[in-house]
Amino acid sequence: MKVCDLVKILDLTVFCGEKGLDTEITGGYTSDLLSDVMGHIEENMLWITMQTHQNLLAVATLKDVAAVLIVNGSSPDTETLQKGREEAVPLLGTTLSAFEASGRIYQLLQNGNE
Amino acid sequence: MLFKFELEGGNFSKVGYASSQIKKVLKQLAIDPRIIKRVVVALYEAEVNVVAHAWRGTVVAKLDADKISLELKDEGPGIPDIPLAMSEGYSTASEAVREMGFGAGMGLPNMKKNVDELTIESQVDVGTTVRMVTWFNKKGA
Repeated sequence: MKVCDLVKILDLTVFCGEKGLDTEITGGYTSDLLSDVMGHIEENMLWITMQTHQNLLAVATLKDVAAVLIVNGSSPDTETLQKGREEAVPLLGTTLSAFEASGRIYQLLQNGNE
Repeated sequence: MLFKFELEGGNFSKVGYASSQIKKVLKQLAIDPRIIKRVVVALYEAEVNVVAHAWRGTVVAKLDADKISLELKDEGPGIPDIPLAMSEGYSTASEAVREMGFGAGMGLPNMKKNVDELTIESQVDVGTTVRMVTWFNKKGA
């Protein structure tokens, strides 16, 4: 499933990083601890988090994630958004909680792989 | 090749800059992507440590044909008990730093896992020097 497919299905907000919407999502990781994400997320996974500050961009780009999904209806901080416009990693938003978003996306990815 | 970057205590906007520059260089040199990933994780964590704990610091990356050597030298509070600091889950990060998603006590263990050699020298109230070496032929990894 591509990032843009997920955006359509779950009606996600695209804050920036439109260039990366065609990336194929290989899996996901849900965490707000940056070291945990650095240690465990793999390239082309979707990162689900409530973090909104600019350090999430550094982690997302260093690990080449497919996209970052910010949960609970939060938006990226101003600096995050400014910096994010220069990057190819999409920053997405949803009003769902991390639990609900993770569950639904897990199901969608599982179905896509069947 | 030698690369040098400056880090400033408390300035999280610069964290990850050195890592992303080094990542670009290693990619250009066509180093194994798995090795690049490990180097980048270790360097990022080390950058975070300097910014989260020290007053200022420098990153020096030295590239040889067969390895990359990273040295992070800071002026700061130092680490009184290095084995304790190395244990997973132990952190002295401030509340503000934790709110940003750091300070889980995973930085140093992540660094150790992702490099071939890690040495830490520290003097309380003076500073800390972290040296990391990664071999491109994955010696010992």
